[in-house]
Amino acid sequence: MVLETAHPYSKYLRAEMMPHIWCPGCGNGIVLNCFAHALDELKFDLDKLVVVSGIGCIGRTAGYVNADSFHTTHGRALAFASGVKLANPELEVVVISGDGDLFAIGGNHFIHAARRNMGIKVLCANNLNYGMTGGQQGPTTPLESFTTTSPYGSIENPFNLVHLAAASGSTYVARWTTLHVRRLTQSIKKMLQKKGFSFVEVLAQCPEIYGRYNKMRSGLEMMSWFKRASVVENFTDPSKAEISADKIPVGEFVDVEKLSYEKMLHEKISKINERAMEMVK
Amino acid sequence: MQKKLLTGPYFLNGDLACAEGALVAGCGFFAGYPITPATEIAEHLSQRMPELGRIYVQMEDEIASMAAIIGASYSGLKAMTATSGPGFSLMQENIGLAVMTEAPCVIVDVMRGGPSTGQPTMPGQQDVMQAKWGSHGDYGIIALTPASVQEMFNLTIEAFNLSETYRVPTLLMADEIVGHMWEKVVIPPPEKLKIVNRKKPQVSPDEYRPFQPDDDLVPPMACFGEGYHFHATGLTHDESGYPKTSSSKVQSELVNRLCQKIEKNADKIIRCEETMLDDAEIVVVAYGIVARAALSAVRKARENGIKAGLLRLITLWPFPTEYIGKIAKRTHGIVVPEMNCGQMVREVERAAKETPVTFLSKLGEEPHTPMEILEAIKGVR
Repeated sequence: MVLETAHPYSKYLRAEMMPHIWCPGCGNGIVLNCFAHALDELKFDLDKLVVVSGIGCIGRTAGYVNADSFHTTHGRALAFASGVKLANPELEVVVISGDGDLFAIGGNHFIHAARRNMGIKVLCANNLNYGMTGGQQGPTTPLESFTTTSPYGSIENPFNLVHLAAASGSTYVARWTTLHVRRLTQSIKKMLQKKGFSFVEVLAQCPEIYGRYNKMRSGLEMMSWFKRASVVENFTDPSKAEISADKIPVGEFVDVEKLSYEKMLHEKISKINERAMEMVK
Repeated sequence: MQKKLLTGPYFLNGDLACAEGALVAGCGFFAGYPITPATEIAEHLSQRMPELGRIYVQMEDEIASMAAIIGASYSGLKAMTATSGPGFSLMQENIGLAVMTEAPCVIVDVMRGGPSTGQPTMPGQQDVMQAKWGSHGDYGIIALTPASVQEMFNLTIEAFNLSETYRVPTLLMADEIVGHMWEKVVIPPPEKLKIVNRKKPQVSPDEYRPFQPDDDLVPPMACFGEGYHFHATGLTHDESGYPKTSSSKVQSELVNRLCQKIEKNADKIIRCEETMLDDAEIVVVAYGIVARAALSAVRKARENGIKAGLLRLITLWPFPTEYIGKIAKRTHGIVVPEMNCGQMVREVERAAKETPVTFLSKLGEEPHTPMEILEAIKGVR
């Protein structure tokens, strides 16, 4: 007997947008699943959620989540999200995007949103390359990796994203891989409850493109690398958390409280406005 | 510290008048980045917006400023940014996004001399074609251009109204002189001003299709947090808002509507000012500060027995092609003075058909003198 049952998280997804565009073996589905799981455990009010993404494979997530959502131009998700959050601080604004979008073309917006401590939550799927356009070298591509635009091996130093996020002022910083579904879900939950700028990096396998060029042709092979190399190093120095073939430091790196930008801004506006109105009387 | 909204006569420069106009129009969010000669707008609003309980934020660049005002617009606020040529170039990417996602917003470009860093403190009218064609793809857009400080105030309000009416980024293209010169501005009491707000959906969230247009080709706009759970994207999308990137039908319908919602409403949008046009044999077509020298030139021409008239463009885009075509038919020649190497003159030529058009370029420091324009008028005869 076949039972017709709805997926437990179907209410968080737009059925009309399925099937998704992701390749077989891709890690993005796991990222979306963990996000939906976190929303579910928090009994999150979907009317107050805005999902914003930039361009890239994971950028399609905005269209898949059953909340208000906006798919921006390449790299501009955080700048757009800043406008959303400041204009209506009651909204929970989550940016779900990729490493190329957030840290190459959008790198400037990332460091400034973090510096201001804009109360935006960033979930970054890091697939180590530009997947959507067919696998070019990006700002997180490991040294000596092969991509369609580093056919002789990359000679660029990759960003250590947790170090960058911590140094820029994030109040919460964590890194997991798609292998760590439970801990990733817990980190997303934690991030959603933070007040300030928060950042969770997920190393997400791209077997069809990045893996194919780097001797890890299936999702399983890439996840075997995650399993073999991951080391949980909670609250260690994020500057030492560089990803290499032998070691992927994962865990929570930063968890502090700081007054968010929108809170400071709106408190200031109230004060100034009150004073101005008194003068009018 | 100022009072609420200003009412009455004031002595302001164009940038300040623009800022006060934005306040009157109901601008709730300003994002910007410092740039000469538009910085005074940001400086003034950084003080005034909080006084009125509204939001001012300085972003990391003009790309972010433009993105942020689209975000604020989708959060339900009227939003604006202000810049000059170099920043206007950076904004083109997200002006395209605002066009595609039909986000009402206002962009002020106080034009200086370009290209590149050019002449930061000198006037120009070199961005007027960029206003129409600056972002990739085809689209309709609205661009207004003021010739006085009073008009800088009036047209800022008008820009908000048009942008809210047609869900389109609306550009206020001022030259540096209008931005920086000081003149008397009379601010009418709020009840005397027409303020337009975007139309909201009249259907339930289940029935709401975010990009389904009404008869005027403009879709009602839900905002974030109102329970509609809608999606908007810069990708080609159908009326549901979801991407449909490989359908020629969807692409054709969407892009044509984005163009036509401006073109088909052009009669309601376009504004020009006519001076002594009725019997004019020679017509000067001008805009911005140059139109003031042109007015003087036309009066001098009349004193010399030449039947000259002035058509001042207030709306640059959509361009009044038909209107100029009709005027051209009954004139011997048209003179177009511009502070560039020949931009709007191309549109005038297209509209004028067989009627000869004389272009008068001026670059650098000062606009045309009335005498220079008068000489060009005399040259037509």
